Amino acid sequence: MTMIDRLVHQGRFLPVLAVVTSLIVIWYAGAVYLNSTQLIDRYQKQEIDWTIGRLAADAWRMERPVLPSPHQVGLELKKTVIDKRVTSKRSLVYHAGITLSSSLLGFALGTLLGVALAIGIVYVTTLDRSLMPWIIASQTVPILAIAPMIIVVLGSIGITGLFPKSVISMYLCFFPVVVGMVKGLRSPEPILVDQMHTYSASPAQVFFKLRLPSSIPFLFASLKVAIALSVVGAIVAELPTGGQGGLGARLLTGSYYGQITMIWAALIVASIVSALLVTAIGYIERIALRRLSGGQAVST
Amino acid sequence: MNQPAQSASAVVHISDLSLEFSTDDGPVQALSGIDLDIAPGEFISLIGPSGCGKTTLLRVIADLETHTSGEILVNGVSPGEARQNRAYGYIFQAPALYPWRTVRRNVMLPLEIMGTAREEREARAVRYLELVNLTGFENKYPWQLSGGMQQRVSIARALSVEPQLLLMDEPFGALDEITRDHLNQQLLELWRKTGKTVVFVTHSIPEAVFLSTRVIVMSPRPGRVMDVIPCNFPKDRTLDVRETADFLEIAHRVREGLKAGHSYDDD
Repeated sequence: MTMIDRLVHQGRFLPVLAVVTSLIVIWYAGAVYLNSTQLIDRYQKQEIDWTIGRLAADAWRMERPVLPSPHQVGLELKKTVIDKRVTSKRSLVYHAGITLSSSLLGFALGTLLGVALAIGIVYVTTLDRSLMPWIIASQTVPILAIAPMIIVVLGSIGITGLFPKSVISMYLCFFPVVVGMVKGLRSPEPILVDQMHTYSASPAQVFFKLRLPSSIPFLFASLKVAIALSVVGAIVAELPTGGQGGLGARLLTGSYYGQITMIWAALIVASIVSALLVTAIGYIERIALRRLSGGQAVST
Repeated sequence: MNQPAQSASAVVHISDLSLEFSTDDGPVQALSGIDLDIAPGEFISLIGPSGCGKTTLLRVIADLETHTSGEILVNGVSPGEARQNRAYGYIFQAPALYPWRTVRRNVMLPLEIMGTAREEREARAVRYLELVNLTGFENKYPWQLSGGMQQRVSIARALSVEPQLLLMDEPFGALDEITRDHLNQQLLELWRKTGKTVVFVTHSIPEAVFLSTRVIVMSPRPGRVMDVIPCNFPKDRTLDVRETADFLEIAHRVREGLKAGHSYDDD
């Protein structure tokens, strides 16, 4: 009783559980509905009398379902995540590792590029006027269209492997970082900037002592968006490079061979990777913001 | 101190100074024909309603604004040069403390920028926090301090540069009256001990008369000086001086000066 009480009163567990449960229920129902056409067709050919119960049971254990049921995906995950050695090419951990390394490299490059562009925009009037429209335009180009070209162009000059994939992650990542950092670097109140002027501080001193620390909360808000985008970028980049592995390659293989369950398993691993990365950034953010506010409790 | 200082020895020498802001609605005359000489060790208050240019005048002295005509010298040089020489400490309306720095490190900020050696920075932080009665709070963060204490930290920070001139822009404006009275007394004591020259912007008549050696009454549209009123209360005065006939008479004259500038008009 007390344990149930505690779970209820912690206020977080119950809503999450309710959402997950209803998603799984909807998923099972969806599996019956989406797989029913195929099954009913088969029943009629074989002249089998069928009930809703039989339909559901068959729908949840089909070999090639339109929508696999949660336990089938669970089984596939167990087979490819836990049972396989992580060095095996059939292990999703192995593929997730490939995707993770290219998204992290892309994230790092994108953050560096974003911060550098933001500094340029804040400090150089010409860049402020000229650069922003191009940066916005860069994000209106569909990434799916541009990704294969980047891979091909870089491949033709002999750059292959991790780096071209990271470039695509970087392409998606730098945008939120630029926008957030420009806002952050401009965030100090005029009174603080005037104060620096009365100290006759050099531009570098104003940057490192005032503008950069003031921009940190804005940077972290952007980094959370950027890290999730970097995983998307890495997966998109892996689609045209199918052979080299990664979760994107897994998705492509799955769709070649009609292995829908395999696609779902890869999708779930991809979202787990993203969620873990966003959580990690959130954790670092909490530490950084606490320091910035002099140890005062902060809400993020 | 009744006599205007000789411009040669003046800390601040201003003659026929004007400043025009250009806005979307056309030019605004923020300051017009200001003449003022401030001698070393004086405590000058600039008083007037909003828009009379008192803060603008202070900002011109600090090289935060540039005048359009006339002459201004701070320590005998241009305000820009004086700023480079770290001639003044400026105290803003808000404490303007850095939340990620402790009280001690906030006080050391201008010294870090000036490149003062570490031991000297530490020593000055100790000395000036003691002067504003904040010993023991060195390792607190700004949010752990009351508004009045935060403003004292900002005063200690301005003093740490050891300027001869203090420019204060309504530093106690946002505080309650009890805290303000208390800080006024502390400021007076600090001025007596250090012999610094102070230019103090306020819109409180009692505050101006209590603190100053001279009260400069200003009026808006255009910003100009209406009256210069000497106050010669003993240097070791207490808040009780505010009950005396002399005090009330001077306060009355300040009020008359403000009235003459149509400062009480509704608009």
